[in-house]
Amino acid sequence: MTAVASLEEHFEATIERDQRIEPRDWVPEGYRKTMIRQIAQHAHSEIIGMQPEGNWITRAPSLRRKAILLAKVQDEAGHGLYLYSAAATLGADRADLTDKLITGKQKYSSIFNYPTLTFADVGVIGWLVDGAAICNQVPLCRSSYGPYARAMIRICKEESFHQRQGYELLMTMMRGTQQQREMVQEAVNRWWWPSLMMFGPPDADSPNTAQSMAWKVKRHTNDELRQRFVDMSVPQAAALGVTFPDPDLKWNASREHYDFGPVDWDEFKNVLKGNGPCNASRIAHRRRAHDEGAWVREAAVAHAAKNEERK
Amino acid sequence: MTDLTAEGGHGAVPLEGVPAAPGPVKHDWPLYEVFVRGKRGLNHVHVGSLHAADDRMALHHARDLYTRRNEGVSIWVVRASDITASSPDEKDPFFAPSGDKVYRHPTFYDIPEEVPHI
Repeated sequence: MTAVASLEEHFEATIERDQRIEPRDWVPEGYRKTMIRQIAQHAHSEIIGMQPEGNWITRAPSLRRKAILLAKVQDEAGHGLYLYSAAATLGADRADLTDKLITGKQKYSSIFNYPTLTFADVGVIGWLVDGAAICNQVPLCRSSYGPYARAMIRICKEESFHQRQGYELLMTMMRGTQQQREMVQEAVNRWWWPSLMMFGPPDADSPNTAQSMAWKVKRHTNDELRQRFVDMSVPQAAALGVTFPDPDLKWNASREHYDFGPVDWDEFKNVLKGNGPCNASRIAHRRRAHDEGAWVREAAVAHAAKNEERK
Repeated sequence: MTDLTAEGGHGAVPLEGVPAAPGPVKHDWPLYEVFVRGKRGLNHVHVGSLHAADDRMALHHARDLYTRRNEGVSIWVVRASDITASSPDEKDPFFAPSGDKVYRHPTFYDIPEEVPHI
């Protein structure tokens, strides 16, 4: 047996036994690339994901809401950094990943290319967008790549706060004026379909799923997770007193799931191509923050070098 | 639409045409590994890494990044370049010396049932 065949066999056997792959283990090149791409894109999503809600920090309606929102946005930054840290264990360099994000070479989730028009959007993002993220992320806590799985465990614990603060915010608004209730419903109408798109294209159009399932970097198909999210969300919407903008949404007793209407995949593709409402501004904002922070990074290095000399 | 996937937490992003090979290492703050003692009585446990210009900044960043919810009472940071690790390539021979020493475990010894507290 050749050396590589033996290494590959060891890798496959580790996955087969449901054990984790750890940093510095030999992995096939395809696995390394898949994991770097997945973790980097996830990290970028968390970092860009600070912007839609960060937009409302200075205009939060109370000190309580402002403190909560600050903590949540800080968490998103933290999630991004846990994930860059996980990517680093595969040999990816963080500065290089940042460069790939701000030059548009690597992508982030298309959900963050939608604007937050009212404060109700902050609540709906917590409830639906973070809710959908939790559906995606809980199975990733068992990803075959150890550092990613461990980052996901931390992230999932914190996402639970994100979802609950959003739902509580919406409950508060629903107890308010008629205008506030309309604001919530209007935000739900805008975010529902993009939330369903977060699970990706239908299984029939997801050719990478089979390999990802075999490597145990993905545990459920896109459609399974989307269905799970719809089933969870419908009773939550009822308790809140809002409806989803889908005339085909109804309980199917024979399937024991909710049926729902077709997702507009043309819109999804269009946003991914860069034509969403906020694609350009999100990247421009990230690039500006990076460029304007350059002097701080350089000054800190100079300061550290000077202190080192003094020793 | 065959170039899309939902992998990666916050959902659908393209896979095709997205570079993933590790790029050149750029000039950046050094990498530190972070270890946190969750509470008194427990060991420090590795929780992840971060970049910082010096040791002091690494501690502050570690506090902000890894203990936002009272996850720790003590933090160690160490430059990743200062860590010496066993090599995965030689893990079998490296750990082999303990593999065949079953007599180091208490279950190796047969003691009659009627002997108490042993």
